[in-house]
Amino acid sequence: MRLSRRMVAAPTALVAIGLLLTACGSRAGDEAAASAESCVDTSGDTIKVGSLNSLSGTMAISEVTVRDSIRLAVEEINADGGVLGKQIQVVGEDGASDPATFAEKAEKLIRQDCVAAVFGGWTSASRKAMLPVFEDNNSLLYYPVQYEGLEASPNIFYSGATTNQQIVPALDYLKEQGTESLYLVGSDYVFPRTANSVIKAYAEANDIEILGEDYTPLGSTDFSTIVNKVRTAGADAVFNTLNGDSNVAFFREYSNAGLTAEAMPVVSVSIAEEEVGGIGVQNIEGQLTAWNYYQTVDTPENQAFVAAYKERYGDNKPTSDPMEAAYTSVYLWKETVEQAESFDVADVQAAAGGVSFAAPEGTVTINGDNNHITKTSRIGVINGDGLIDTVWESDGPIDPDPYLESYDWADGLSGN
Amino acid sequence: MDVLASQLFTGLSIGSILLLIALGLSLTFGQMGVINMAHGEFIMAGSYTAFVVQQVISSAGVSLFVSLIVGFCVGGVMGVVLEATLLKRMYHRPLDTLLVTFGVGLILQQVARDIFGAPAVNVATPEFLRGNIEVLGVVLTKSRLFILILAIVCVAILAAALKYTSMGRRIRAVVQNRDLAEVSGISSRRTDITTFFIGSGLAGVAGVALTLIGSTSPTIGQSYIVDAFLVVIAGGLGQIRGAVIAAFALGVLHAVIEYSTTASIAKVLVFVAIIIFLQVRPQGLVSVKTRSLA
Amino acid sequence: MLFVVAPAVLSDFRLNLLGKFLCFAIVAVGIGLAWGRGGMLTLGQGVFFGLGAYMMAMHMKLADAEIRSGAGALPDFMQLGGQRDLPGFWLPFTSPFATLLMIMTIPPLLALLLGMGIFKRRVKGAYFAILSQALAAAFAILLISQQNTLGGSNGISYFRTWFGFTLNDPVNKQMLYFIAAGTLLVVMLITRQLMNSRYGELLVAVRDQEERVRFLGYDPANIKLVAYVVAALWASIAGALFVPIVGIITPQDVGVLASIAFIIGVAIGGRTTLLGPVLGAIAVAWAQTTLSEQFPSAWTYAQGALFVLVVGFLPGGIASLFLLRRRKKQKEGIS
Repeated sequence: MRLSRRMVAAPTALVAIGLLLTACGSRAGDEAAASAESCVDTSGDTIKVGSLNSLSGTMAISEVTVRDSIRLAVEEINADGGVLGKQIQVVGEDGASDPATFAEKAEKLIRQDCVAAVFGGWTSASRKAMLPVFEDNNSLLYYPVQYEGLEASPNIFYSGATTNQQIVPALDYLKEQGTESLYLVGSDYVFPRTANSVIKAYAEANDIEILGEDYTPLGSTDFSTIVNKVRTAGADAVFNTLNGDSNVAFFREYSNAGLTAEAMPVVSVSIAEEEVGGIGVQNIEGQLTAWNYYQTVDTPENQAFVAAYKERYGDNKPTSDPMEAAYTSVYLWKETVEQAESFDVADVQAAAGGVSFAAPEGTVTINGDNNHITKTSRIGVINGDGLIDTVWESDGPIDPDPYLESYDWADGLSGN
Repeated sequence: MDVLASQLFTGLSIGSILLLIALGLSLTFGQMGVINMAHGEFIMAGSYTAFVVQQVISSAGVSLFVSLIVGFCVGGVMGVVLEATLLKRMYHRPLDTLLVTFGVGLILQQVARDIFGAPAVNVATPEFLRGNIEVLGVVLTKSRLFILILAIVCVAILAAALKYTSMGRRIRAVVQNRDLAEVSGISSRRTDITTFFIGSGLAGVAGVALTLIGSTSPTIGQSYIVDAFLVVIAGGLGQIRGAVIAAFALGVLHAVIEYSTTASIAKVLVFVAIIIFLQVRPQGLVSVKTRSLA
Repeated sequence: MLFVVAPAVLSDFRLNLLGKFLCFAIVAVGIGLAWGRGGMLTLGQGVFFGLGAYMMAMHMKLADAEIRSGAGALPDFMQLGGQRDLPGFWLPFTSPFATLLMIMTIPPLLALLLGMGIFKRRVKGAYFAILSQALAAAFAILLISQQNTLGGSNGISYFRTWFGFTLNDPVNKQMLYFIAAGTLLVVMLITRQLMNSRYGELLVAVRDQEERVRFLGYDPANIKLVAYVVAALWASIAGALFVPIVGIITPQDVGVLASIAFIIGVAIGGRTTLLGPVLGAIAVAWAQTTLSEQFPSAWTYAQGALFVLVVGFLPGGIASLFLLRRRKKQKEGIS
């Protein structure tokens, strides 16, 4: 019986302690309690940064390549003398394809490892999960993947495309080609849904008819119904925002149903070089993609990047848009830090606007208002070797406009 | 009209895939009460077998048929190994077999990831299964037609084997009453191993067939396993006839709902339909009459 | 007690992590009761956990929106999705009291309904396990498809306050930890009373010999129902605590894999005991966090191997080792 008495007493005591502490805690509306002081150590010869990517779980496929690109950039910078004379030390973490884990690990990197900045994240869910952590602790995240826009945080630098640098140019291109009707197919999560609402607003303003809109659960592998719908709808083109393995099943079904790139082209915004192999080149050859970077981009910076990547990770490894954006993000951080001559978050934020870097995709510049970067948009066609050739590219880098404020047809999209 | 017909074909096609996967499960679950969550990973093993065979035999047509046989053996051997090392010691703990085989599945997935890499690999479809044929305005893709025929052939062979061979009679005897069968001189150990070999082999065959329509990646089995178990439950334990009806019924139901709503809603509604169905027939569509209380 | 010492020695970050583990431990207590004592392998606890978590998250989101942009404001993700009005089912969650009430009632009611359907129809153990797993799968898919009203795969996150207390204040975070620890102890206490009561003995009897209990004049379905409902309640409460501590809830935390991950700690700790599941859940969650920091792929192997080894070869879990020793000692004492 001694055990049971102790167990009754303990919770009572705990509740009492809890109530006591409550009295000291701050209420909403009070001045926010001093958020945790930065513990970044800038005294030694090294500076720590975090690399937070899913190394296990469903997203590992894509995110491991991003981690490799971050490492490559760090190694190059270190070989070149480091940042402000300090060697960069990477603390790697696994986000395990789970948003809650991303939040937890981000906090660990900031509070426990005291990193100066974190590079990584892929899914919108992981970014949304990390956002409050970086804001609360006033630290920096460099996020390298194209995403659905409608966001701008002073604590996140977005080195991937927002909608007006990827989806809007793709629509412009389709319109130029005489497309009058579209069918929308996507995975069921935030990027396809937001992308499609942008597409619908654009379509309405430009007399393009939307013949259908379908979403499948992530990882879905049965597309016969959707392909049936697409086939009977007879649209001029299909806009594809499917993610990951679903693309394999979709394109197999699509080509088996007798639909071809000539008759009904598919524009994909989530298929990069490394996915083409799994889909099978014969199923997807001739279809279109919209990105900012392809391995075949013809710049001296890109030739150096591709050569370095293959040298480091193997000849059969292609480079892709998110990898390039991750690589670029490390350099952007370095340039900004050197501009600010400080690792301090406030200094970096203040110095960021206008910082530019000659990236593999062409020169990119940070927009100080929204922390996104300028990017050149490119439409590509998948060739017989599984690589992507550019068939169209924007006149120059496009200014980032995450809230699509400069487009009349997008009024009311952001809910404001 | 042709929309209805093509959705019917789609439904049958989904049903045939479910059937291929559930057939083996129905056998092992029905006879031994073993809930083999690693069944999904045997499917994955079948898929990767097709990939490996295709690296050796470059002709996609020949390699498909070779893979079907090799896939059956690979799946079967994995099943027997699992049975002999782990499951035989826990027949009286069916719920625990679920967890143990789930663990085995996790390990197999990671093994596949470490060997073949996390990204999907490509298994080429043979030339004669590419494209489609049109019947009365309905487009039937050849690869789905092939899987439908394959499923029917598998069911026919299995049914014939159970009915006419002595091994089949032994299996049926053990399914109906294990103790009585043993008393009658049937070695239930040997029957168990045979059943497991066939059941897991069928998973391998399903895996090979799936490479025709989907991606070959470490998580391929996971996406089918829950659905397959629902088919087994709805069909009735260990009843091939029940599994066939349940698989096709669920397939068609899914196709029809998906056409009029969305894929997500279809998945949820099919599940709800099964729960309601079990209220009416808790023992499943087809059930054996026994005197046992449980 | 260990829980009281922890805040003094752990950093804020680690303490918060421990708070999260305590939430898992609360779920584990319920699973221990339903599965260990009642023989019902519930692979769908994520559903009840998720219900509790989402209800709490909805309330917090509404409260935040009000603080930020005045009464009647929409949560941020709805605005982004183009939603103009608050969906009807969000309305009750403006009231903190109603939210708490619903967290305590809706999941148990759902469990009651499901349980009636399943147990009364005498659906067997294996069927129950698979159905509960399918339920978790369906629930996650449903959540994901509700992009505009429930955040879809992004889930609900970005909270500032919890019942008026700012969340990024370290003192309040400590308070949350204490609340979780206190709740866990209360939950354990109630479960202990249940296990040691006459009802607890009936429950074990139903697990071991359902037919005999039926012949004795009891309805095994009712006995199972109680354990299932209690387990659902514990999961719901744990979910409601999880949200302010972790700061996010997504469909991934409630789906099939998350649900089965709850089981492993219970199995390792010892499913039939009271303390086993608690310590098991904390140990497994802790091992996952630390192991995956160093060897991400090794954790998957470890998880798989744990299932195989513990469930296959040591079904009583670690607790059975202690029980064995104690029994041995008792025997020695007698002789």
